[in-house]
Amino acid sequence: MKSFSVRRAWAVSRKEFLHIRRDARSLGMAVAIPMLMLVLFGYALTLDVDNVPVVVWDQSGTRLSRELVARFDGSRYFSVVGYARTYAEVEHAVDSGRALVALVVPRDFAQLVESGRPAPAQMIVDGSDSNTATIAMGYADVVALAFSQNIAVREMEKSGMPAFAPPVDVRPRVWFNDDMESRNYIVPGLTAVIMMVISALLTSLTVAREWERGTMEQLISTPVKGPELVLGKLLPYFAIGMFDMLLAVLMGKFLFHVPLRGSTVLLFAIAAVFLVGILSMGILVSIVMKSQLLASQMAMVLTFLPSFLLSGFVYPIANMAKPVQWISYLVPARYFVALMRAIYLKGTGLEMLAGQAGLLVAFGAVMLVLANGKFKKKLA
Amino acid sequence: MFQRIREMLVKEFIQVLRDPRMRFVVFLMPVVQLVVFGYAVSTDVRDVATAVYDLDNSVASREVVARFVKSGYFQVAEYVVTDDRARELLDRSAVRVVIRMDKGFGDDVLRGRTAALQLLLDGTDSNTAGIALGYAAKITQQYSKDVLLKRFRRLAGAAREQGWVELESRAWFNENLESRNFFVPGIIAMLVMLATLLLTSMAVVREKEIGTMEQVMATPITPGEFILGKTIPFACIAFTDVVIITVVGVFWFGVPIRGSLLLLFGATAVYLMTTLGIGLLISTISHTQQQAMMSTFFFYFPAILLSGFIFPVANMPRVIQWLTWLNPLRHFLVIVRGIFLKGVGPEILWPQLAILAVMGVCLLWLAAARFRKTLA
Repeated sequence: MKSFSVRRAWAVSRKEFLHIRRDARSLGMAVAIPMLMLVLFGYALTLDVDNVPVVVWDQSGTRLSRELVARFDGSRYFSVVGYARTYAEVEHAVDSGRALVALVVPRDFAQLVESGRPAPAQMIVDGSDSNTATIAMGYADVVALAFSQNIAVREMEKSGMPAFAPPVDVRPRVWFNDDMESRNYIVPGLTAVIMMVISALLTSLTVAREWERGTMEQLISTPVKGPELVLGKLLPYFAIGMFDMLLAVLMGKFLFHVPLRGSTVLLFAIAAVFLVGILSMGILVSIVMKSQLLASQMAMVLTFLPSFLLSGFVYPIANMAKPVQWISYLVPARYFVALMRAIYLKGTGLEMLAGQAGLLVAFGAVMLVLANGKFKKKLA
Repeated sequence: MFQRIREMLVKEFIQVLRDPRMRFVVFLMPVVQLVVFGYAVSTDVRDVATAVYDLDNSVASREVVARFVKSGYFQVAEYVVTDDRARELLDRSAVRVVIRMDKGFGDDVLRGRTAALQLLLDGTDSNTAGIALGYAAKITQQYSKDVLLKRFRRLAGAAREQGWVELESRAWFNENLESRNFFVPGIIAMLVMLATLLLTSMAVVREKEIGTMEQVMATPITPGEFILGKTIPFACIAFTDVVIITVVGVFWFGVPIRGSLLLLFGATAVYLMTTLGIGLLISTISHTQQQAMMSTFFFYFPAILLSGFIFPVANMPRVIQWLTWLNPLRHFLVIVRGIFLKGVGPEILWPQLAILAVMGVCLLWLAAARFRKTLA
């Protein structure tokens, strides 16, 4: 047995390159999809909640109740879309989704406030989207508290007491992402997710295709060895993946103006490690499944939802149930998303990220070894 | 004719379900995914790791901290005394929030000046930061109000009380604001789409790629029968998946199902027309399974993200919102969430149903037309 031959691996790469070049549409899509996604989602996706549509049922109809409603309408978080006069109207507005929030002011609202008692105002929130509902409820509480404070101050002034400044003032300073732009948070994460899905999909078919078309037998009859074939198959897709990464970084910088505070070299080095791991995983799936249909299903299942939901891209891992948190350690996108964000927004260096980066390297190594190991057996 | 379709169906069912790994992917994978994601997705923000940087250490500042802790939203991980330490904790993501009160905080509160409470937030996750900021604002407002009312009482004597507004919030459809209730119905829509799109488009293209398409064409089967034979098995699989996911969602996760099951299945049938139509369309424009898969992905990825499954459609820019009207998933999501959580019926969901039906018929017709052409 001769050892690993670079020449033979290169030959496999050339063949694979030719395959890819000949199928211009797949190649085009491998480059265009990530770009299109980034543009679309960089602009479209946000979890920020503004202008929540409110329907108001003002049973009181007093100056005070109108003032409360005006406060809601005036804040940038709510906008009054309609007034209801019956419970059925409120119900219909919320049922049909025309309003997410209904504010019901009771008949004795003004009397209660003026006689110095707590006046309940009812807020009905469409809880089906729990995230938006939580945020909206938080805003509403702040609006109502500010209103209460305001009438208290006004009363004090009216009864000739010295005017008071509001006792405590919150001065938030948001680090790493001063304007709390969700774009700054989404673009680095999205880049990671797209890279993961695209690269696993690309390689998941390569070996299965050879099996399905029967060209694998021809390959077996050549002197090429398992590791040479795996590496040869990996290389072209690695090139495409790195090209995608480069484009994504350029777009993040020039189109979305996401600050890249850390080291660019470190960013690409980590992307390279991540890519090797994911591409090897794709090839492993391809080797094990042997059918393109199965392999693609498997690759989708292994990459798409996990990288979306378990990577911390949208949902903070700290909020998940404990067992799920353990599972998320198996999702390489988890480390990649965290690293991307840290490098992009915090500008931290390798000294703080070593742990995560190490796990990513370990994942890549394991996948590469597994893919090689699995393949040898099948060739024999 | 029915004879021929039956033969075709038998062949397709055998082909899909022969492989035990395929059976696993098709029937068990959805359950595994549902369970994992049912536990994973949670947008509830609780116990935010917090550092307290209290330079004042007065009665007032300690009370503010106590209120933060008592709220249940913040959990004090560390008391810090230097800027450097606070910065390091934020850098390492050990805490997400630092509450900072400078010397003189309590004094300001006592003397009726405005005291500043500084909040340092880790903005990398802007959603969590926003929610945490909302909670913090609420807690300090509440504190402010209490201080004011106390002052009012002291000055005005017991003769008068000051009224205030109390907001009683109630969440409909999802009383405890469980994110799970929001996501499980959505996962149904998503998995059904993935299964039908990918299975249909690749099943047709595989015949082309392996070369068995010519054998099929040599048989007396007509294009219409061929299409039916290729779509019905996947529609059946999709229905089975819907049943499985619904059962697991309702009995395992306790997601309420308030509307009519019949409507759910009817709407699923209409929705399947659109996804199968798109799958077939993709198969007519693809020559290899790789192309089919890439094209499927090209459609699937935006369809998920622009559907309101995670990111609310109402927050998107206007132009994109118009674009989402073309997305069958968006309409189906409204329907499943409406049926599961709100328990509404066709009287409210008819616009979505109508749009899906029109889309489905158009897509199937288009796919069939293109299909005839490619076969001819």
